[in-house]
Amino acid sequence: MGQASTLFDKIWERHLVTARPEGPCLIYIDRHIVHDGSFHAFEMLRQRGLTVARPRQTFGTPDHYVPTVSRRADDAPSPNIARMIETFDRNMADFGIDSLPLSDPRQGIVHVVGPEQGITLPGLVMVCGDSHTSTHGALGAFAFGIGQSENAHVLATQTLWQERPLRMRIKVEGVLPPGVSAKDVVLAIIAKIGAGGAVGHIVEYAGSTIRAASVEQRLTICNMSIEAGARAGIIAPDDTIFDYLNGRPFAPKAAQWDRAVAYWRGLRSDDAAAFDREVTLDARQIAPMVTWGTSPEDGLPITGAVPDPGAERDPARRQRMTAALAYMGLTPGTRLTDIPIDRVFIGSCTNGRIEDLRAAAAVLRGARTVVPTLVVPGSGLVKAQAEAEGLDRVFRDAGAEWREAGCSMCVGMNGDLVPPRQRCASTSNRNFAGRQGVEARTHLMGPAMAAAAAIAGRLADVRTLNRS
Amino acid sequence: MEAFTTFTARAVPFDQSNIDTDQIIPARFLKFSRKDGYGNFLFYDLRFDESGAERRDFILNRPEYRGAGIVVAGSNFACGSSREGAVYALFDYGVRAVIAPSFSDIFHANCFKNGLLPVRLPEEQVAALRQAVKERPGAAMTVDLRSCTITDPTGARISFSIDPFWREALLQGLDEIGLTMTYRDKINEFERQYHGEMVWLA
Repeated sequence: MGQASTLFDKIWERHLVTARPEGPCLIYIDRHIVHDGSFHAFEMLRQRGLTVARPRQTFGTPDHYVPTVSRRADDAPSPNIARMIETFDRNMADFGIDSLPLSDPRQGIVHVVGPEQGITLPGLVMVCGDSHTSTHGALGAFAFGIGQSENAHVLATQTLWQERPLRMRIKVEGVLPPGVSAKDVVLAIIAKIGAGGAVGHIVEYAGSTIRAASVEQRLTICNMSIEAGARAGIIAPDDTIFDYLNGRPFAPKAAQWDRAVAYWRGLRSDDAAAFDREVTLDARQIAPMVTWGTSPEDGLPITGAVPDPGAERDPARRQRMTAALAYMGLTPGTRLTDIPIDRVFIGSCTNGRIEDLRAAAAVLRGARTVVPTLVVPGSGLVKAQAEAEGLDRVFRDAGAEWREAGCSMCVGMNGDLVPPRQRCASTSNRNFAGRQGVEARTHLMGPAMAAAAAIAGRLADVRTLNRS
Repeated sequence: MEAFTTFTARAVPFDQSNIDTDQIIPARFLKFSRKDGYGNFLFYDLRFDESGAERRDFILNRPEYRGAGIVVAGSNFACGSSREGAVYALFDYGVRAVIAPSFSDIFHANCFKNGLLPVRLPEEQVAALRQAVKERPGAAMTVDLRSCTITDPTGARISFSIDPFWREALLQGLDEIGLTMTYRDKINEFERQYHGEMVWLA
């Protein structure tokens, strides 16, 4: 080679089964995660009489439809939803795929379970039929969401036809101020580049803020890459990642571990590598963020006010802002901290990990929530860890509900819904109209901010929260 | 997969950018079998009110746009969730082509597996096309993949480009899994070498 290349290029080149000068190339898929929403793909295989080519490289766990009140499919709010979990179990059995079913203590959201089990490793190409598969890039994998036809293609062939994305690097430099989380960083990034700002690109996150970030903070940032339109997000793996992975069930062991780490250490962008686009953020300028509208790009510092569409020059954007404010039931000029809320959701593949629950519990300890507050761990193991630390007691004592693992109110497919026109402070990833329920109004924020909102009954600045 | 060669239908303009797949098909409909059709789910919460009655102000419910087969949209169309149900809903409603300045990557890929043609054109051209549709609402337009041209409602022709691999796939109604199966020996050889090197994955 000799030519300088990016981290992504190195992974891409290593996975080319058939390279074509332009258009899609056939790439090899190392690991594929399936869930209870992947049923169309199995149906496609059945219709064609196909089998799963590499069941050992395929992993399953149900998450989208699972009840959070118990671990029994029968407790789903409707027979149609319960059937989804039964269908998942049958597909796993019929196609010989190892899975962590609802009854398994390791079950959870695919993007929490993958890293937790060491299924996600540096240098892999990973796919899952869920857009937030970008999460896994935090460990140095090229990981991206696919549709169900592509699911079927991977199941049948362990490959995909993929167009090579453009490369963007987003550098975040400096120490984050107190009270500012990884969620605030990624909401600030999306506010800066827009919901379509990274379409067609893979985003490599770099800079001193990223290098100093914990694994879980990195997972939160890569998770929301898709909300800026990115094909994937990725971070060069380092000792933070290797320490995290060592000893995980699907991570390499003993002598193989050493060989793997030696290879992984080479997975970084060369100093002279060129990116198609570069963006830089100053971490010291980032404040706790909340969204006011119906796109993840509608983020503002909590110290701000609802924007005025009348001040927007671009007519298309003005129209969108007006529609968003009508949907959200907000008036321009209202201070964000004056917006009352009806409920709080803490969880999801964005913010359902142990550090997220610790951050929320630190705010809720000894306080009372004044609105219904749902706390849903990202996996059974996160739940067990939280309980071992007594966090469940903190949540319960504060009046919050402590549930079982699943996607829950992020997307409401299991029936955990925000009622019409109610306003939810949510640690999830999407504030789209109807996302958490018909006419539900979502404000995205980090876990400490959501906990602060639960205590205040309105959007609140966790840095200045009066907890008395 | 149904092949796409040329298609003539009325078009519907959507001015907004960033129309997400939760709008195109709300998540609660994704559990249903495709066999029963997804057309009624398209833009469900925008098309219908709580009682299931049509919302008269929604663009697809207006007589001149009802049943449109071509969507002319804003940038980053179908962003968000990877749900292929968004393509199923558009297709089952009768849409065969979507024209926009940009698409979400996953939706764009999903289109080619389902006989739905996504056409990327520069922002100004899409804006002009939406204007042409609004000035002649209900008028037919044509998207021809063989010649890579659009004939707008005024009769003006616009050419577009598309990756030759995907163009061929749509023109033939290609069975992609079938195509990849012809690479089986290559895949096996790749795997042997790759796992020989990445022994910790073998």
